[in-house]
Amino acid sequence: MREALNQAMREEMRRDEGVFLMGEEVAAYQGAYKVSKGLLEEFGDKRVVDSPITELGFAGLGVGAAMVGLRPIIEFMTFNFSILATDQIINSAAKMRYMSGGQFKIPIVFRGPNGSAFQVSSQHSQALESWYAHFPGLKVVMPSTPADAKGLLKSAIRDNDPVIFLEQERMYGNKGEVPDEEDFLVPLGVADVKREGTDCTVVARSMTVPLALKAAEELEKQGVSVEVIDPRTIRPLDIETIVNSVKKTNRVVIAEESHAFCGVGAELSAQIMEHAFDYLDAPVKRLSGADAPMPYAKNLERLALPDVERIVKAVREVSYLD
Amino acid sequence: MSELKVTPMRPRTQSEGASAGAGVAEERDERDRIDPAELQDEHEQRHQEQLKHIEHVDNETLLKMLYQMVLIRRFEEKSAESYTLGKIGGFCHLYIGQEAVAVGTLSALRPDDYVLTSYRDHGHALVMGTSPDEVMAELYGKIGGCSKGKGGSMHLFDADKHFLGGHGIVGGQIPLATGVAYATKYRGTDQATLVFFGEAAVNQGAFHESLNMAQLWKLPCVYICENNQYGMGTSLKRAMSISDVSQKAVAYGMAAEFVDGMDVLAVRAATERALERARKEYLPSLLEIRTYRFMGHSMSDPGHYRTRAEIERYQERDPIKVFGDNLREKGLLDDAGLKEIEGRVRAEVEHAVKFADESPEPPPEELFTDIYANPIKK
Repeated sequence: MREALNQAMREEMRRDEGVFLMGEEVAAYQGAYKVSKGLLEEFGDKRVVDSPITELGFAGLGVGAAMVGLRPIIEFMTFNFSILATDQIINSAAKMRYMSGGQFKIPIVFRGPNGSAFQVSSQHSQALESWYAHFPGLKVVMPSTPADAKGLLKSAIRDNDPVIFLEQERMYGNKGEVPDEEDFLVPLGVADVKREGTDCTVVARSMTVPLALKAAEELEKQGVSVEVIDPRTIRPLDIETIVNSVKKTNRVVIAEESHAFCGVGAELSAQIMEHAFDYLDAPVKRLSGADAPMPYAKNLERLALPDVERIVKAVREVSYLD
Repeated sequence: MSELKVTPMRPRTQSEGASAGAGVAEERDERDRIDPAELQDEHEQRHQEQLKHIEHVDNETLLKMLYQMVLIRRFEEKSAESYTLGKIGGFCHLYIGQEAVAVGTLSALRPDDYVLTSYRDHGHALVMGTSPDEVMAELYGKIGGCSKGKGGSMHLFDADKHFLGGHGIVGGQIPLATGVAYATKYRGTDQATLVFFGEAAVNQGAFHESLNMAQLWKLPCVYICENNQYGMGTSLKRAMSISDVSQKAVAYGMAAEFVDGMDVLAVRAATERALERARKEYLPSLLEIRTYRFMGHSMSDPGHYRTRAEIERYQERDPIKVFGDNLREKGLLDDAGLKEIEGRVRAEVEHAVKFADESPEPPPEELFTDIYANPIKK
């Protein structure tokens, strides 16, 4: 996964002189998670820039540079630290075009790991997609495979709007086939059916996608055919693909690592209810991260997150099998 | 560029006290000094300074600057009137009293430089060349406004004129400007970026984060603190541990200057020095321009936190009156000249109000336009 992200940035930086990467430890240290490995060597310190620990400052700097036509990639070492920069992301990046009556485009990507990591406790282990997806003016992307990561990041860098690109620390080592072509792009706003099935839909994103696929394998053995859908971008949301799947399976489980309350799962549930109420044979089931800050202890951390076993159980529950 | 001799500047240290770009820096805090004789001496000193400055600027520019100051004053008076008539809604922060800051600084710019400011932005937009018609129509929330009626008083923008807003969160424009300066340097041009903010913004992290990056990376940005001495209703003294704003630059090794914001030409001269540093050396500067707003923080501010006497003391050095009187003294302005300027301004402001009145409201479909540059159609 990290190589796919690296390739995406490298190719886009070769393609467009205006693309530059800025963030903490992205240059000399090669990235806290090595996503920017080798970029300093190839592009120099003008385009691969180690910033001080000053998230609000460099996020705002990126938005300003984007206002006059550069294409910044702003890396947050983790999205936990983006909380310090939310004023610039929400009040500046998301609204600049609108409040200027369309005079500016803001082609900027904010990227970095989002969601839970391994035993780093509450402040370093949280999923923020519902925060950013809430605001018109932002686009929110959450890849779950190396190929999607590459294609979506390339699209995000070429996009003329601010994109929040949420990676997952637990997935940086994941392996998968990645196309080599320069113009391999995955469009924003198009969901992907990761596995076809007929009995129940599981809508998963980021780290819950591989879990849902494993659960589907397990359930197949139990005679339940599961369709796994990855929206890939939360905003804009390809609700059509999800609704079409629900119309076919009549049951849906939403698997997410973020908190349920006011979360993306809640939005999906509402939209499914609005568009496919008459097709549902069971209430929409959300399987979310625990409604508690993330604990440090390994056993508690495991309990706080969705896993294969609980996705299996949730599918069986909406299928009235237990 | 400046015809004035460039005064070398260096960051002051605490022990050095206030040293000098603009000459009268030691006379810092007028609120602590109300001895009439001393005040008169100081005013005379500043009077002589401006007379000296006048000799270094061509007549056409001088008269244009006076015209721009009068335009802002009358435009803002009309804005206040329209606000009380209910034609302007929301927040409306007037620039009356601070005209010398926008006019003095922006008169030193090239057309390809960039400018960002806070929500007190009407004056800057007018000086940057956005037409009074478009500014007033924006305040009226009309489609003919410079931001199509979607931004309002606090969010005036004019991309063609390189006026990048109009920002509503205190200090939010400071990192943005730092990024604009980053981009111009990235492209290797010698454009400068000017960013304006009030002294209350100096307490925000955004200010300090920006100054650090700008000096660290040598970015051609001029940070201009319009110190009108009140953050809404809270005086500087009640909000800042070291109320000498220009001293803040010391922490970042940045050049700084304290400037009399009631003297439009002192402001211009200080800006020219900062611009030279930006263009030739890619170095940022902090200018603390001491000014005073004659009106409340916004139109809804009754202003109980300061005395009538204090306001009157500053009004004695009304920047327009001071400048006009000095131009007369130098024989560059007479009654007829002033009348011509006032007449021209009155016609423009009246035209702006008429234009704003007649401009249509934004059509309903505008609610959902301009959210994305690349909207995704389903």
